[in-house]
Amino acid sequence: MNAMTIEAQTAVNGRSGQTMREVPQSGVQIADYDHRQTVGEITVDNPKMSCREVNVYYGAKQALKQVSLDIGINEVIAFIGPSGCGKSTFLRCLNRMNDTIPSCRITGHIQLDEDNIYDKSIDVVQLRARVGMVFQKPNPFPKSIYENVAYGPRIHGMVNNKAELDELVFASLERAGLIKEVENRMGEPGTSLSGGQQQRLCIARAIAVNPEVILMDEPCSALDPIATAKIEELIDELRENYTIVIVTHSMQQAARVSQRTAYFHLGDLIEVGETDQIFTNPRHKLTEDYITGRFG
Amino acid sequence: MLSYLLLTLLLLSSIGYYLGRNRAFQVAGGHVRNLHSLPSFHGSYTALWCGLPALIVVAVWAFLQPSIILELVLSHLPPALRELPPDRLGLLINDIQNLANGNIVSSNPNPAVLAAAEHYQYLQRIGHICLWIVALLAATAGIAYGWRAISPKLRARNRVERVVTLLLIASSTVAIFTTIGIVLSVLFESIRFFHKVPFSDFLFGLQWSPQTAMRTDQIGSSGAFGAVPLFTGTLLISGIAMLVAVPIGLMSALYLSEYASPKFRAIAKPALEILAGIPTVVYGFFAALTVAPLIRDLGTALGFQVASESALAAGLVMGIMIIPFVSSLSDDVINAVPQSMRDGSYALGATQSETIKRVLLPAALPGIVGSILLAVSRAIGETMIVVMAAGLSANLTANPLQAVTTVTVQIVTLLTGDQEFDSAKTLAAFALGLVLFIVTLILNIIALHVVRKYREQYE
Amino acid sequence: MNNKPVSPSTGSEPPSRDIKTIVNAGLKRRHAAERRFRWYGLIAISLGLAFVVLMFANIISKGYPAFWQTYIELPIVFDPAVIDPDGQHDPKALENADYAALVRTSLRQLFPQVEGRHNLRALYGLISSNAPFTLRAQILANPALIGTHQSVWVLASAPVDTFVKGNISRDLDEAHRPIKDQEITWIDQLTTDGRLKQRFNTILFNHGDSREPEQAGIRGALMGSLYTLLVTFLLSFPIGVATAVYLEEFAPKNPWTDLIEVNINNLAAVPSIVFGLLGLAVFINFFGLPRSAPLVGGLVLSLMTLPVIIIAGRAALTSVPPSIREAALGMGASKLQMVGHHVLPLAMPGMLTGSIIGMARALGESAPLLMIGMVAFIVDVPRSLFDPATVLPVQIYLWADLPERAFVERTSAAIMVLLGFMILMNGLAIILRKRFERRW
Repeated sequence: MNAMTIEAQTAVNGRSGQTMREVPQSGVQIADYDHRQTVGEITVDNPKMSCREVNVYYGAKQALKQVSLDIGINEVIAFIGPSGCGKSTFLRCLNRMNDTIPSCRITGHIQLDEDNIYDKSIDVVQLRARVGMVFQKPNPFPKSIYENVAYGPRIHGMVNNKAELDELVFASLERAGLIKEVENRMGEPGTSLSGGQQQRLCIARAIAVNPEVILMDEPCSALDPIATAKIEELIDELRENYTIVIVTHSMQQAARVSQRTAYFHLGDLIEVGETDQIFTNPRHKLTEDYITGRFG
Repeated sequence: MLSYLLLTLLLLSSIGYYLGRNRAFQVAGGHVRNLHSLPSFHGSYTALWCGLPALIVVAVWAFLQPSIILELVLSHLPPALRELPPDRLGLLINDIQNLANGNIVSSNPNPAVLAAAEHYQYLQRIGHICLWIVALLAATAGIAYGWRAISPKLRARNRVERVVTLLLIASSTVAIFTTIGIVLSVLFESIRFFHKVPFSDFLFGLQWSPQTAMRTDQIGSSGAFGAVPLFTGTLLISGIAMLVAVPIGLMSALYLSEYASPKFRAIAKPALEILAGIPTVVYGFFAALTVAPLIRDLGTALGFQVASESALAAGLVMGIMIIPFVSSLSDDVINAVPQSMRDGSYALGATQSETIKRVLLPAALPGIVGSILLAVSRAIGETMIVVMAAGLSANLTANPLQAVTTVTVQIVTLLTGDQEFDSAKTLAAFALGLVLFIVTLILNIIALHVVRKYREQYE
Repeated sequence: MNNKPVSPSTGSEPPSRDIKTIVNAGLKRRHAAERRFRWYGLIAISLGLAFVVLMFANIISKGYPAFWQTYIELPIVFDPAVIDPDGQHDPKALENADYAALVRTSLRQLFPQVEGRHNLRALYGLISSNAPFTLRAQILANPALIGTHQSVWVLASAPVDTFVKGNISRDLDEAHRPIKDQEITWIDQLTTDGRLKQRFNTILFNHGDSREPEQAGIRGALMGSLYTLLVTFLLSFPIGVATAVYLEEFAPKNPWTDLIEVNINNLAAVPSIVFGLLGLAVFINFFGLPRSAPLVGGLVLSLMTLPVIIIAGRAALTSVPPSIREAALGMGASKLQMVGHHVLPLAMPGMLTGSIIGMARALGESAPLLMIGMVAFIVDVPRSLFDPATVLPVQIYLWADLPERAFVERTSAAIMVLLGFMILMNGLAIILRKRFERRW
């Protein structure tokens, strides 16, 4: 695997000892701090993943400052914020995709169920099988539609024979709402599909591995409104079985698909809370400025 | 002689430049803004008028003079010599020229030939003197014309730029003339060859022994020009070379682009490319004196019959030569695969090697095929290694331990050493050259096309 | 490859929800495959690098001894009776005198016990046939030496040199040895007398080719290479730069310029030997230029180098940002002034770098030169572009064919010189690039 450039550091010991931070009043600027305190409830009752004091550095530049956040089971949580705020960086920490960037260094603690994912005993192969990812630009492999979906199950040895694989591929395509469109063209290259179909193919590819968490990095930014609507619908359906983390630059999208929303700003997690509350009654001035369109 | 003339012309041109520039200042009345073009352009204008016509005169003269002199000399020869058959006459002309140039001709020269040689020398001298006079006249006339033409309104810059642009265009056509030259030179001689040896015999014949005998009654007097053994030999050696170069080159490229740290890559990549910079004659020496004996001894120790000029030795060393070629081309191709492909695979939990084998390689396949085709064309056209390490015996075999010969080896063998230019033996070399040119051309065109299409796919 | 799915612990049931156990089951095997693959890559690179090292080591170890040459000290009596019987010091007589006799006399005096024609010939064989010329040169330079006794260091013959360097084993059966037992005793005696020593081999750099290894040098080939490269550079650089400038800055996009571009790309990949055929058919047979001349060699190589220079030149031109062109044009410069004053000077380092690399390649090229007759045995050092000549790589090719151990040594030494020049040229190109590299 990649050279271990990551310093996995268990700064905070598990979830215990985590105290609630004091919540400043809305409109109070806390610019004097190194990093801004997060406003809102960062913990949930039944977390799938929990992150504590995560810092990310690209070389000398700090991209993420002391982020602590829980992600609940079977919830959709949206990360919003202006570009360069660290939301994608944080997302990529959750399945250690940042490992592929040599200059990237991560400290803090991220837990998936009972496992510290930056622990030496955790294999990234296994982690990424459990935490799938869908990217901003649809990136189907230069293979047939069938092979695209079969890729994950094949490498992980999830099936015993062709029939099982067929079943799994069809089931995944079905769950991704793509089956009707591709049923008769399974042998065609994945790149022959339209942009929206390609993205749903990538989602099918991710769920074929049966992950526990799915990370989505602005999955609709390259798509037209109709394709976007289909994906959003799909996200809503997938919530039943999966925990979903979605990064989006569209506040409407966040409002439509997510139960909780986290607002990032210049590497800080500014505010987190129920989506309704964030959009109707933001408690932090920066959040309010952002959702009212004053910047971003 | 000619170089002094050219130097003189250069000198005159620079004089022309200064005259023209000064004249421009003069007509401008000291105010450069009165001129259409800068004085330096007027200078260049005059210099061009001085240099170009004179150069054209010199070029035409130098091209025509030898044949005109020869005609004159021949017309003064005694009738008995003039009536000689063409080939004897050719020898005679050779003798005359050699004598005139002060070389010693072996046999006692015939007085008529001596006289002719003297006449030849005399004409040459006259010719040179005339050339000097005409060229200098042209140059001074050019200066005078350019100088007189200078006026404030003269669009000297436009004219000079026009000439320079024409020169640029002329330079760019050199590439086309080179290609035409290659095609014509191999095609003409090949057609002459196919008059002597039928095309099908050449392309499908299984016997290659170009030794045409001196007398017609000797055995094998006609020689055999079946080129199939050469083609198979070339393919055998190139095949061995590719077997060495493709896996090593490709795996090196994969390792360097996917696994190696930037530091290691910065050292190993140029180090590997040293192999591409070593002259092929060095590889040939290495193959013939080190690798071939090694393989023969090794084979003998293992109980194989190994020829001392085995195809294996030449192919192996050629393969080493081609490694950097394959690796740097594949490296480009692999790096052109977008990072999002790799990310997609890693995000599904694939290991690096799984990503390489199942995503990267299939994605880069067209480009890799293109670079392998380029490498094959390189192997087929490679000359020195096979000339030095492969044999001359045209065996029709697929056994890498035997000696085979290749197209390029035969071209070199047929064309080095003394022989008349018209024999089937010499012409056969051009026919082989034609085959070589066509095959490599097709390979290159396909490869370049494939690679370009591949690049466009990811741009 | 691991396309075969390994059965997960759940057996034939539909995929279990627990991805963790499924993945864990295959992890060990997959990591092993990963490690194997990495090893293949590492092995491939190591093989490639090993070849580089092996080749250099092989050539250096073979060629290094050629830079040393064995000399033997002979007590020479410049006997006036032999070299100047008239006593006139007439240069013509001195030039034609029998200096070989002096060498023979001296050898007989050193080894008075040797008798018989056969043995004497073996004795004379210790000394290179070049020795009389050494003596003659001394006398012609200083006729006062006539009649004196002098100690003169003369060249040893090639077999002696090879033996002294340890490349002929004493343990070998005498029949298989070019140096016989009696010669070994003579050599040993000369060594103990201090009359035999090795000096730096200046002949290698000062002489032309020769049939005698100890007298063979690469001077002729070096000069031939120099003349050939001079022609190549003078032709290909201006034409290459002009073509690059035209195609990059002036040419309209039309089928004609497309044709030129396709042509250039294809010429870059035409086998070098085909250029040799072109040279033979066009320059020698059609235009009647002299065979074996550096002029023709330079013409052929310049046609080969042209695509390299054009491609490098165009890359250098495209790296000049358009803003500079716009700035120049905005000041009212004509297009040609814009190129000549601004673009070309900025692109020149890149063009020079490409040209030097092209020249280095031309320096190593030999196949096309075989076609135009630059492969003859030429003793004289060429003095002009029209003299018959050979070039360094072809000299290597010619020597590589000769069986004597001493020539193998010299071939390797010539290769070292050739590689030295190529490293020098490439180093220059790298320095040039580093020095003038600009990031816009």
